[in-house]
Amino acid sequence: MKIAIASGKGGTGKTTLSTNLTALFAETETVVLTDLDVEEPNSGLFIKGELVKEEIKYKMIPEWKEDTCTLCGECQKVCNFHAVIQLGPQILVFPELCHSCYACSELCPTSSLPMITQRMGLLKQFENKNISFIESRLDIGQEQAVPLIAQTNEYVDKAFNKNTVKIFDAPPGTSCPVIEATKDVDFVILVTEPTPFGLHDLKLAVETMKELQKDFGVVINRYGVGNDDVLDYCEEDNIPILAKIPNSRKVAELYSKGELVYTELPEVKKELQNVKNYIINLKNNN
Amino acid sequence: MKIAFTTKGTEWESEMDPRFGRTEFILVYDDEKDEFTSFDNREIENEAHGAGPKTSQKLFEMGPQVLLTGNGPGGNAATILQKTGMKIYIGAGQMSVKEAFEAYKNNSLKEF
Repeated sequence: MKIAIASGKGGTGKTTLSTNLTALFAETETVVLTDLDVEEPNSGLFIKGELVKEEIKYKMIPEWKEDTCTLCGECQKVCNFHAVIQLGPQILVFPELCHSCYACSELCPTSSLPMITQRMGLLKQFENKNISFIESRLDIGQEQAVPLIAQTNEYVDKAFNKNTVKIFDAPPGTSCPVIEATKDVDFVILVTEPTPFGLHDLKLAVETMKELQKDFGVVINRYGVGNDDVLDYCEEDNIPILAKIPNSRKVAELYSKGELVYTELPEVKKELQNVKNYIINLKNNN
Repeated sequence: MKIAFTTKGTEWESEMDPRFGRTEFILVYDDEKDEFTSFDNREIENEAHGAGPKTSQKLFEMGPQVLLTGNGPGGNAATILQKTGMKIYIGAGQMSVKEAFEAYKNNSLKEF
């Protein structure tokens, strides 16, 4: 059972929800939390554990072999990302633009662009009682989150039982990394806040999930600020609202200290319990 | 000598385009023949990534020795242009092509 926690807008509470929900699940069953926000993973600030595994992750990029190249230019023609450029008598490769599609390498008539490995990041697995926590972190200077997210998903698929509840803390936004983080999950929780910005970006996220044909629901964080437009929008569009987490200074204080929120605030625990029940229901009907 | 401009049109009076990779046109002036050649680069709008390298490559094919532009090329484009040995002058983004050319001749543009 895979649940992604996403949002259009950044800073709406993906990590707060992911980590607290994980801890709440762990009170009654084993649960896997995976931080897929590989450009700046931060679930690990709240979920600690014993490091049990570390894997360096690589992506494949072409390397130009000058001695066999006939400068026919096929490689730059087939590259959709302009990662391979012919400049007079030389071929330049831009690893940051390369999407590892192999087109240049496979279609080169003289095999002058073999694919080689390049380190892109590090995956770590931690264990703490009922919680398995996976975190992938992109290396500094690496620009592409998608390949690391894909490999992290593969790792989780192999390492854990299909039926275990798996929570994925997704990156913000609605672009490629979010697609990669949500495309294979059973359900997506979109976290938003009841403000004009929150609503604007929620609509983008909803459109994205509809395009991906995902089941999804909304959690409204900082409920009490702003206005009722998010509520009205969800009602009109028949989008289930799984919880309304009340706005509270105490939440921010606990978060800033790297502490879980629901254990201290019963009003938050009650809302999270609703989310947990919703997921358990989904799981039982699956 | 051939001098290239990033522009929004193909005449002396046209505005410069301050962007490098996503410039609308590349205009090349050959001062020996006193004539322009141009390339319509507006299809670059459809490219999500790699606009800089693509435009650099086109520019290289057009063979200028000097480039006059606005903001200056980004990292990937700069890497390519360095290899071509082309001289790059920036800060002409708000000028007309003619003004940029005059500024270049008066040495009042900044070298990139």
